Amino acid sequence: MTVPLHFHTITELGPLIAAGRLSSEALTRACLAEIESHDPALNAFITVLGANAIAQARTFDAEIAAGRCRGPLHGIPISLKDLIDQEGVPTTAASRVREDHVAERDAPVTARLREAGAVLIGKTNLHEFAFGTTSDDTAFGAVRNPHDPSRSPGGSSGGSAVAIVTGMSVASIGTDTGGSIRIPSAACGTVGLKPAWGEVPCEGVVPLSPSLDHVGPLARSVADAWLVYLVLCGQPTAARWPLPARRSIKGLRLGIPRQYFHDLLDDDVRERFAASLAWLRQAGAHTVDVVIPHASGAAPVYLHVTLPEAAAFHAASLAASPERYTRNVRLRLEMGRYVLAEDYVRAQAARAVLRRDVDAALDGCDALVLPTLPIPAPPVGAVTIDVAGTRQPVRAMMLRLTQLFSLTGHPAISMPIGDTPAGLPCGLQLVGRLHDTEGLLATAAACEPFVIA
Amino acid sequence: MTIEDWLAGACADADRRGLADLKPLLESLADATRALRTAGWEDASGTPAAPRPAGTARPPADGAPQ
Repeated sequence: MTVPLHFHTITELGPLIAAGRLSSEALTRACLAEIESHDPALNAFITVLGANAIAQARTFDAEIAAGRCRGPLHGIPISLKDLIDQEGVPTTAASRVREDHVAERDAPVTARLREAGAVLIGKTNLHEFAFGTTSDDTAFGAVRNPHDPSRSPGGSSGGSAVAIVTGMSVASIGTDTGGSIRIPSAACGTVGLKPAWGEVPCEGVVPLSPSLDHVGPLARSVADAWLVYLVLCGQPTAARWPLPARRSIKGLRLGIPRQYFHDLLDDDVRERFAASLAWLRQAGAHTVDVVIPHASGAAPVYLHVTLPEAAAFHAASLAASPERYTRNVRLRLEMGRYVLAEDYVRAQAARAVLRRDVDAALDGCDALVLPTLPIPAPPVGAVTIDVAGTRQPVRAMMLRLTQLFSLTGHPAISMPIGDTPAGLPCGLQLVGRLHDTEGLLATAAACEPFVIA
Repeated sequence: MTIEDWLAGACADADRRGLADLKPLLESLADATRALRTAGWEDASGTPAAPRPAGTARPPADGAPQ
């Protein structure tokens, strides 16, 4: 059966649009039709820019007819997590706290996408203020996983991942503070890139924890994530198209951090990950076990950085209108008001140690490789879950394998590696060297054909 | 301030503010604080990490977050 065009990748669609063989309007209308059909059940979108998106698409089609192509994103429908400002459109952050907000101008990342020719099709649902990993605490209804609507899509960029899987947009822009791009990517079966910290501007994006916040793409392939990443960084993609040939898998050196990271894994996730490693080795990659000595300390460090930074941003609205937050997010923000300054400073100092640990583990390796999530997508609303014979908090499990690399600022990407027997996706995470997101993308592109089942 | 003193004060304040639901979270935060303080944050050479101020806008010269 032929896959409808709006489920294809940017690398497939871009040349068709550039050659005038596919109109952006037709592609945009197909995505809007998916939103109309499926979004009432999945809650992926908060704002759909139907007529506005079609007008954008017509403008880009007219440019192609006049001989102007802006690059590979020209005419491609892309959604924005509703933390990111788009001029004239509400930025709700999935919260009643921001009920009357309308963005006065584009965030820099939005302006860059617009300049690159992206059709901004709508704003996606998320965990309120990005302060959670399941996308069920939101003023707009819980986001549902399209693989099983009784399950969470992960979060906080849950709507973004759902939009890509269901053909509602070809790519999406999310944010990642402890894993919020990689977690929903793994839970829904998309590619999600957290670039190195500081590469992509966060201005015009509602902050969660400013010293940890990252903006990055969710997409259908590594090459698509790469192209969108270049645009988000402000690099001209037309000159970079096509992307450089991917690195060879043969001789690629992958470090496997097992201690702590493999201590609590769902059996099905463990099996999928082991199968992926076997395929990578069979294809010619070398693997070596590495150790990140302080990895088990990452969770308390993350907590003592995120909580007070988030509480500081929300202090005024917590005082003025606490009832407008969802209960769980309000309590988490209130918790942040009690963190002692001395412990915040301790946590910030610990980040330097963690960063040196990860740098040392990467010494002699092209990337680290580990699962993205230790569990498949949990049931919507679940607070605890059974993992390897123990009862664990869902939130701690969701963050367990991703938060370290948010603390250290290393670039990290999640790729789908097939499904559990119950049909729930699993993700493989690659972590690259500081300052070298493109090196990570090249490594991920080399691995991609061998791990996507 | 000891963690026990901090927790007692925080829970009393939560009660005063009518946020009894917060107390279990504060207890879990106390556990996390205990873990943070006792984790032994030395690098491989045994050098303790020096506290650095949080960067919020741009990474420092070496590009890494604080």
